[in-house]
Amino acid sequence: MKKRYLYMLLMPGLLFLTLFMIFPLAATVGSTLFQNGQFTFSHYTQFLTDAYFLEILGTTLLVSFMTTIICVAIGFPVAYYISKLPPRGKSILLALAIFPLLTSSVVRSFSWMIVLGKNGLINNALMGIGLIQEPLSILYTPTAMIIGLVHLFLPLILITLVGVMENINHDLVEAAQSLGASRFSAFRKIVVPLSIPGLIIGSILVFVGSLTAYTTPALLGGKQRVISTFLYQNAITLNDWNAASAIATMMMIITFVVIAIMNKAAAKFNPKG
Amino acid sequence: MQNKSYGLTLFTFLVYLFLLGPLILIAIASFEPSTVLKFPLTGFSLKWYKNVFEVGLFMSTFKTSVIVSLLGNFLALLLGVPAAYALSRGSFRGKNTLNAIFLSPVLIPGIVLGFTLLKFIIISLHIPIYAALLIGHTVIMLPFIIRVIGSSLSNFDFAIEEASLSLGSSRLATFFKVVLPNIRSGIIAAVLIAFLESFNNVDISIFMSGPGISTLPIQMLTYVQNYFDPTIAALSVMLMIFTAVIMFLIERLLGLSYFTKR
Repeated sequence: MKKRYLYMLLMPGLLFLTLFMIFPLAATVGSTLFQNGQFTFSHYTQFLTDAYFLEILGTTLLVSFMTTIICVAIGFPVAYYISKLPPRGKSILLALAIFPLLTSSVVRSFSWMIVLGKNGLINNALMGIGLIQEPLSILYTPTAMIIGLVHLFLPLILITLVGVMENINHDLVEAAQSLGASRFSAFRKIVVPLSIPGLIIGSILVFVGSLTAYTTPALLGGKQRVISTFLYQNAITLNDWNAASAIATMMMIITFVVIAIMNKAAAKFNPKG
Repeated sequence: MQNKSYGLTLFTFLVYLFLLGPLILIAIASFEPSTVLKFPLTGFSLKWYKNVFEVGLFMSTFKTSVIVSLLGNFLALLLGVPAAYALSRGSFRGKNTLNAIFLSPVLIPGIVLGFTLLKFIIISLHIPIYAALLIGHTVIMLPFIIRVIGSSLSNFDFAIEEASLSLGSSRLATFFKVVLPNIRSGIIAAVLIAFLESFNNVDISIFMSGPGISTLPIQMLTYVQNYFDPTIAALSVMLMIFTAVIMFLIERLLGLSYFTKR
């Protein structure tokens, strides 16, 4: 086909994205570098010296980091278990992991409000058996955020890892065992290294997803702000467009840096070179 | 393996309890007759299901959500199908870059995209909120349309297309009569996946609600922050059933392997 036609087919979509995605993003980033027509970094230095903002940034990074670690620690063994099931069992467990993934994040966060709330399942159960007298405040804390985010992203890392582990030749594991390796060391020396690229991709998805998630922190975090709810607050509640633009730019930079670092790592650890 | 590990089986069971338990609890809670969600239930009632239909804002935002998702889907197909076709059919300079640009909306944090759209489309260009909502949803649906239809096209044997062309059919007629019918299941699956993505979206929509305009997830979010009655639980159950039906259709069309590929 003539190249001219190909470009014609691509043009409408490309124009649309340029006008409604690339241009708004570029203009937002650009606007943060000027004040009264003068080039300046002051929007950023202002934030990076503000204790309140640094605390929010710290909480966000900590919550995202904890979420990623927990997702990996839980997801890895479970994905291994699923990947070795016979086809029927595997399909059922995969479907049960995909269903929450497709369910609205509002519904999923709300479900944790029922579980963790003052009148929630956990408090009622603990008070019912007399373990505690007063209801625990779990809801509206960073812990609640982490629980909600793990619930949100665990399916993602599960299905990513199952996708990678399915391709591991399990004859290798059996060969190692028949040559005298214990089950655990066969797992550690064969399955783990071959899963690392998938593990890194899964971790990127979870970490970046947690870093930028809005619904879960907004519903479960209470007064504790994270960077995404802080962006929303500045834009909508406080109408501070300069601050919101600077936060948006920082979120993009952090996202791209994380993706770049982890992609490098994934390439380096890829056993296929 | 003969020596199955019971520990790992139990662990997997507990992890699935964590994943699905809260969703099951919503379903149970939706039958609570009193006005406050609590456990254990004090009785059994279907009145909150009825209440969902009586809260006007749920019905009107549901309508907005469906219209925006369907129209946005249509726009994304108009823009995405030709692009997906060009990207999988041709080899030309800048193909990888163009492919990356078309898939990039999934990489940009949704909340950032939502904010920049608000700032430039609504405030600077003075585009009405409803149109901006539609534009934003089209942007986020485009990568899903391109990815799913692109992978359908990569499985399509273009020799069939060549045969049709060499027998004298025009390019356009060939596309509609030969190519499209062959990738039909991919297109339907792409539409369903993009629909869910748009219908559940919070990050973009939250910046684009104005007087009388809002989507269902945003309305639910606002409701949950102010009330704690079982209406939201009943509505959630309905949405979960809806999600399950769409997921079943996607599985029929593409298989579960669509989700495990990265």
